[in-house]
Amino acid sequence: MRFPPWLLSDRAGLVLLAVLVVLGIGVPVFNLLVPPDHPLHLTAYTVTLLGKYLCYALLAVSIDLVWGYMGILSLGHAAFFALGGYCFGMYLMRQIGTRGVYGDPVLPDFMVFLNWSELPWYWHGFDHFGFAALMVLVVPGLLAFVFGWFAFRSRVSGVYLSIITQALTYALMLAFFRNEMGFGGNNGLTDFKDVLGFPLHADGTRIVLFVLSALALAGGYLLCRWLVSTRLGRVLVAIRDSEDRARFLGYRVERVKALVFTLSAMLAGVAGALYVPQVGIINPGEFAPLNSIEAVIWVAVGGRGTLVGAVIGAVLVNYAKTWLTGALPEVWLFALGGLFVAVTVLLPYGLIGLLRRREKAA
Amino acid sequence: MVSRTSFRAGLTGLALLLLTLFAASSVCAADDDALRTILMQLREADFTEKATLIETLVNMDHPRIATILGALPESRLYYQEEGDRMVIALGDDAEIAIEDAITGKPLGQVVKRDLDRIRVNNHLRSLIEDRLASLGLSSADPGKRRAAVDAFLRNPKPEGAARLKARLAVEHDKKIQELLTAALALVDLASPDPAARVQAAKALGGWTQPEIRGPLLRVAAEDSDATVREAAKAALAKTEFRLQMLGWAETLFFGLSLGSVLILAAIGLAVTFGVMGVINMAHGELMMLGAYTTWLTQQYLPVNWSLPVAVPLAFLVAALVGIAIERSVIRFLYGRPLETLLATFGISLILQQLVRSIFSPLNRSVATPDWMSGTILLGPLEVTLNRLVIIGFCIAVFALLWLALQRTRLGLEVRAVAQNRAMAKAMGVRSARVDALTFGLGSGIAGVAGVALSQLTNVGPNLGQNYIVDSFMVVVFGGVGNLWGTMVAGLSLGVANKLLEPWSGAVLAKILVLVFLILFIQKRPRGLFPQRGRAAEV
Repeated sequence: MRFPPWLLSDRAGLVLLAVLVVLGIGVPVFNLLVPPDHPLHLTAYTVTLLGKYLCYALLAVSIDLVWGYMGILSLGHAAFFALGGYCFGMYLMRQIGTRGVYGDPVLPDFMVFLNWSELPWYWHGFDHFGFAALMVLVVPGLLAFVFGWFAFRSRVSGVYLSIITQALTYALMLAFFRNEMGFGGNNGLTDFKDVLGFPLHADGTRIVLFVLSALALAGGYLLCRWLVSTRLGRVLVAIRDSEDRARFLGYRVERVKALVFTLSAMLAGVAGALYVPQVGIINPGEFAPLNSIEAVIWVAVGGRGTLVGAVIGAVLVNYAKTWLTGALPEVWLFALGGLFVAVTVLLPYGLIGLLRRREKAA
Repeated sequence: MVSRTSFRAGLTGLALLLLTLFAASSVCAADDDALRTILMQLREADFTEKATLIETLVNMDHPRIATILGALPESRLYYQEEGDRMVIALGDDAEIAIEDAITGKPLGQVVKRDLDRIRVNNHLRSLIEDRLASLGLSSADPGKRRAAVDAFLRNPKPEGAARLKARLAVEHDKKIQELLTAALALVDLASPDPAARVQAAKALGGWTQPEIRGPLLRVAAEDSDATVREAAKAALAKTEFRLQMLGWAETLFFGLSLGSVLILAAIGLAVTFGVMGVINMAHGELMMLGAYTTWLTQQYLPVNWSLPVAVPLAFLVAALVGIAIERSVIRFLYGRPLETLLATFGISLILQQLVRSIFSPLNRSVATPDWMSGTILLGPLEVTLNRLVIIGFCIAVFALLWLALQRTRLGLEVRAVAQNRAMAKAMGVRSARVDALTFGLGSGIAGVAGVALSQLTNVGPNLGQNYIVDSFMVVVFGGVGNLWGTMVAGLSLGVANKLLEPWSGAVLAKILVLVFLILFIQKRPRGLFPQRGRAAEV
């Protein structure tokens, strides 16, 4: 087996892939084969937690692609994540069937509760896994394409773009909070039973979802790494560093931007779709502007424009979050806020930048 | 038996008639003795006789009449055997304070069992209410006269019309004249003469009170005469139009009110974003600090005095925090707007958690001073006073800021730095100092906005977050670096929001406005009033 040159030169990426392979094999082994009373046994909780981190990491990679390489600071990427999650959540919702509280074979519980008599048109087709999986890509992608196409064509850039992406996710959050939207309102979609016939709470299913998340992250990483190593990738960097110059050189800047923005939104959608079955719920809170900004800070912590940094940042910050919100809940927001300030003022290139500097010095 | 009762009633009636004549002949001379005589008769009289006696009382000109008639339906008028006098109870316990019914002199505490209650029935109660209302007609206080006509409108009786007519002849208050005319027309609406009914219906068009609209609606639907029905319908159309106009005016007012809140939230941002190009995501939290300052002042000062103190204090607190943020973080990030955005967002999280840790995560209730609560009439429109005050406050803050930017040395320097930083520096403007002060000014205004917000919404750690997206939208919509743009944008967004609300519901209205803004920015990326410059990319 021969590695393409763009991958061989990416040492950090190879390490990441190796880690993912180790995780993909190690986690199932330590969860399923090591007996529960053994000290090395991984609990289902830990497996889910790790799976969650991997989904966040994929989201971070998608943000790094547009921010680190194209200079677009999207404060609305959590919206694409949540949309992907909702699409898959709708599939899981339809899978409940007659096992809901009201036992309606077609309508999800919240629709029965709201006295709806039939399924809204946009819910049709989501009982098929394939269709739902397609929608996980299409819905966020389409929104990103339409939004990006108009925004980039009228040359909305910089902080303006950041603010309207934030407005976008805020508007979506408000919309999804409404019961009339038909997505469960405040409570969102939950009470999932099984996926493709496998019960969600079974250890085996969790492991499969975890491995899938690892695969998705690896795939997403490879896709982005490949993309930035192509000619298109160089155009991206050119746009980031001087958009006008790239335009004057004859590149169709807005097309490139819209294309990559769409791709990035799709990756975020996939991350969301893998996230939902693992945590068992999706609600409008996922659209909150804070979530998007938090995801941006993961990238900043790891080091933007490196892809690997995004993964490291996402895992580290989320690990810290899990630990702090459990041990010292008061401190978490202080820590997160301090992180924002410290990273932007002291560590503009993130942890990866710190490592590189040390390497150069050595 | 029957004949004896009627005889007694007749005798009393005769006595009353005499008394009435006596009272009428010497209106001013009705003294305590006459009042006492009648009150004493109330003890023995049956309900029919009491009705006659009450009519007599109404026509007496004695300062205590209103008090006595007020006490009677509440069963607080008693006869006290000890002292042989009528008394009014001031409470309803077993042991109650009483006062003399005629002189109003306090008579101390007595046991209720020792008193003899003057009983009334519901018929008498409504009679008294009716008469009490018309008593006010001749009052010197216009408010009381108005209330009297209003009471009549609620319960129009042809018998009362004569009194109203008499009053109309001498009334000089224009508003009450109109109201009296309407009340008389309402009586005529029930007249057997169709022509009179048509006249009455015409006169009643445009009156929006349910007491007038209700009968008019009934006439329009059920009157036997077609012309009357038509007239009533025409009058109703007039009323509907007026109601609609009032509705629009109300929407406009709510829109202006929301708009002024948006402006208050956004102009501080317009200063920092517009002048310095700094995205301050902690702006909402500076407003929150202002709101908490208001709460703190209210802990130490009486509510009525707290706001005038809180405004400068909030300005100071927020401005100092703002300057601290600028000096410690933002100045290292000039020229990197995206990083500034992230760093200030981090600061907003810290401030939120700080407030949560110090003041608890629960909302704090900030009291509204007396002079800001209640409603007032603005023409025909009833508006809440606090919203009106906030609109005025917004105008004042805006004017002050504008003056500060146009007429002071600092304002001149701020504008110079905003237009061309390098040139300003070359001319000797200390731009670092200007930056700090500008940021302080913008932050201080956020604090002042927080004082206003504390009167409208809950004061809690999330206060700022709820406004941050909105205020950015206002600034971007108006055009960065343009105060007037911010004002126009805030007002139009506020009004648009409130116009959409009845049609689509509050949340959807907000979404629609956001979507509109997102589309608008595509069309005009630099807002309504863009800054003109020569750079291809600003």
